[in-house]
Amino acid sequence: MSAHDTAPHTPVFTGVVRAKLDVVLARYPTKRAGLLPALWMVQEARGWISDDAMAEVAQVLELTPAYVKGVATFYTMYHLHPVGKHFVQVCTTTPCNICGAEGVAEAFLKHTGCGDLGATSPDGKWTVIEVECLGACGFPTPVLVNDDFLENVTAEKVPEIVKKYSA
Amino acid sequence: MGYPHKSHPKETVVLSQYFGDAEARTYDGWVKRGGYQALQKVLGMTPVEVTDVVKASGLRGRGGAGFPTGLKWSFMPKEKSKPHYLCCNADESEPGTFKDREIMRWTPHALIEGCAIAQLAIQAEVCFIYIRGEFTDPWAVMEKAVEEAYAKGTLGANAMGSGKRIDMHLHRGAGAYICGEETALMNSIEGKRGNPRIKPPFPAAQGLFALPTTINNVETLAAVPHIINRGADWYKALCLSNPKSVGTKLFSVCGHVQKPGNYEITLGYPLKDLIYDMCGGVLKGRTLKACIPGGSSVPFLNREESEGCLLDYEGCVAAGSMLGSAGCIVFDDSADMVYQTMRLAKFYAHESCAQCTQCREGTAWTVRILQKILDGDGTSKDLDLLLDLADQMTGKTICVLSDSCAAPVVSGIKKFRGEFEAYLKGARRAQVAVA
Ligand SMILES: Cc1cc2nc3c(=O)[nH]c(=O)nc-3n(C[C@H](O)[C@H](O)[C@H](O)COP(=O)(O)O)c2cc1C
Ligand code: FES
Repeated sequence: MSAHDTAPHTPVFTGVVRAKLDVVLARYPTKRAGLLPALWMVQEARGWISDDAMAEVAQVLELTPAYVKGVATFYTMYHLHPVGKHFVQVCTTTPCNICGAEGVAEAFLKHTGCGDLGATSPDGKWTVIEVECLGACGFPTPVLVNDDFLENVTAEKVPEIVKKYSA
Repeated sequence: MGYPHKSHPKETVVLSQYFGDAEARTYDGWVKRGGYQALQKVLGMTPVEVTDVVKASGLRGRGGAGFPTGLKWSFMPKEKSKPHYLCCNADESEPGTFKDREIMRWTPHALIEGCAIAQLAIQAEVCFIYIRGEFTDPWAVMEKAVEEAYAKGTLGANAMGSGKRIDMHLHRGAGAYICGEETALMNSIEGKRGNPRIKPPFPAAQGLFALPTTINNVETLAAVPHIINRGADWYKALCLSNPKSVGTKLFSVCGHVQKPGNYEITLGYPLKDLIYDMCGGVLKGRTLKACIPGGSSVPFLNREESEGCLLDYEGCVAAGSMLGSAGCIVFDDSADMVYQTMRLAKFYAHESCAQCTQCREGTAWTVRILQKILDGDGTSKDLDLLLDLADQMTGKTICVLSDSCAAPVVSGIKKFRGEFEAYLKGARRAQVAVA
């Protein structure tokens, strides 16, 4: 299964993933509380969360699909459409902003070929977005490339970073 | 310790002593450094005794509001008739603040021990540590540390052989600043949208899953083992100015300083010395223009106010701001205060949960008006409009996110009016900041 599959939905919560969810569910007095963890598991398995996947989550947790969508859309980290293989989040909030963060975001757009914030590069490899404070303001500019948390990224360092992930 | 820099001789290093020391992350490494002695001690005390020590220490919440921790714990029902919960707030998303991240990355067991002690004090068998979704490294470190603590029998059904149950679970956020607000955080754990709740009922009566709950910040909880080990009197004596503000505090310093990082000082320390001495001052050839001492939700201080400010709860108020989460953002004379005020407002507009009209509309319109001024299309009425809007956004909503957006706008206009007027007169154009 490719990490960014767009093929028809096959269930996520079978086998080990189902077992993992059951371990998590045992911690809470309600099934609903398993919603954020379940959405994370879908995203981990599929790279994004489709409407069909939300319907599956709803069924597993005994919620309605509309409820699941209402929650999923509230949180910015859930991808509700496919994104590039390398998902780049650049903090541009004030503390990083005054240290040149907008230049870092621009450099990522330029060197990945994404062109626009939120757009995926033609080769499907990159999506770059600006995000609000990443809680690492003393290391301007922090950048998340998927789960890798990079510190002290400057516009000059961007080509090297892009090259490393492209390899 | 001024992590990632060397410790400064004027710091009071308690919480940050082992920042940068990888061995301290492990269970055995932590025990070697005196870890879990406080928990052992507390297992032999009554909940009231533990709470009384924390009360006597004078410890106040480090998440922003500065509420006395022991007092908060004492609001929990003494007679336990249903399950109690502890929530640890590790959502750290207030711009300028990055201290909880280091506590979790370097001293995960300090936090686990602090949570376990708080659980015993409030009779909560279960604790949820809510970590913001972007904190991938702190999550990995915490996950490993909790696993180790279970494997060693320190956590679990028979914690340290005491017969008492202490369970602890991590819960991952998914990108929402508002989930740092305590009742939004509880909703988020429950699998709901992160909308703050109307209070009362307060969490101690009806919190997580409508059961009695206490919520504390990471730094608050990490301070507790030290208080148990060294005593309330020791902690209380850590004070440089106002006796209501005691203990050590991590200040995250960022922006235009030579050495950004986390500095641990005794409360009451001068902001001037933090910036010029510990952090090496502003960048070469530049001068200090402004400082936000307590994270983006508190008012700007101008240079004069910053240089006269003592860093404790009362000192920051006296200087014209608040201690907040102690995220200290430093601006030198290169900063465009109009653009940065807009950028702060944009943060709040993005993060508003949108349930209160004043906040949803107010934050969005604040950004639009500021953007119009930056575009050179502002008129002299716009500043009054912004101030009027800010007034409508203050004290009128379920939580204080809306007020937090108004704070930089009001103080920005008041203290840097000349910069706003320069835009209105067409004498200035927006520029992107460079390092
Ligand atoms: C919009 C908003 C965001 C907040 N974000 C955080 C946060 O990220 N971390 C935190 O500890 N407290 C945050 N707080 C404060 C919490 O509501 C709460 O006061 C705190 O966690 C209590 O812990 P303490 O008493 O140990 O400080 C926030 C409050 C508001 C209104
Ligand atoms: S403002 Fe960029 S990490 Fe906080």
